[in-house]
Amino acid sequence: MDIIGTVVTGIGVAFLFLGNLGVLRLPDVYNRIQAGTKCTTLGAFLTIIGVGIMEPIWFWKALLIALFVLVTNPISSHAIARASRKSGVSLCKQSVVDKSEDFDDFGENA
Amino acid sequence: MAQTVREETHRFRNFAYLFLFLFIIWLALTSSFYWQELIVGFSISFLLAVICHKNYLNLGLPPLGFKRIVFALVYIVVLFKEIVLANIDVAYRVIHPKMPIKPGIVVIKTELKQDIAKMILANSITLTPGTFTLDILGDKLLIHWINVQSQNVDEATKLIGERFEKYLKVIFA
Repeated sequence: MDIIGTVVTGIGVAFLFLGNLGVLRLPDVYNRIQAGTKCTTLGAFLTIIGVGIMEPIWFWKALLIALFVLVTNPISSHAIARASRKSGVSLCKQSVVDKSEDFDDFGENA
Repeated sequence: MAQTVREETHRFRNFAYLFLFLFIIWLALTSSFYWQELIVGFSISFLLAVICHKNYLNLGLPPLGFKRIVFALVYIVVLFKEIVLANIDVAYRVIHPKMPIKPGIVVIKTELKQDIAKMILANSITLTPGTFTLDILGDKLLIHWINVQSQNVDEATKLIGERFEKYLKVIFA
């Protein structure tokens, strides 16, 4: 059990590391949120579940915490992205399309 | 008359969902089936559900049915598959020396009506490969896409939303 838990936690830590690397490497705030959401969701999920596997008494509590992270992480990233788009943070140079101006909430109608 | 009956069942459904939800959380937190714990958990969940269930009437939670449960389970499996794919995809883009990204913001459409269904769809899109939701307005979703494959609304809908929407449409029919 200990070994399985350690491996699961290790994979989670690896994903967390890649997520952090993505935050450092990617060009603008939206792409950084991509890395910061995707990798940390699975990373945190696997880390917490791994702890739950190592200590079977905690498994259900760990699962509850992991599900909470899984539900709240997209919402927080959505809030940050929406706020930065509304306050006019521009996209990076590689961007090919920006349709947010058509949206009533954004652009000049806001 | 029929209206009031429908409202009553609707309220009872909300109450039952909330009660089950709270009771399952209680079971997970205490991790014990000792009868005294069960009685305390049962009464607290019951009391909270009685007080709070009216706050969730506008969510539009669907009634329970066999088909819905099966589709919800399939949906969870699909979602987990997509989460793992999303992580590998983004991790690949991050460690690739040239960073093959082609970001952009596109609009997609949804046919879902209920707020809760739209929320689940938006959160699922956030968790899947290379896309996350910026905003929802009516039946349109504003999506940031790390690798834009189509700028057309219908094609983008097919590429991003379709795989979840076909399950959610059955669950929230």
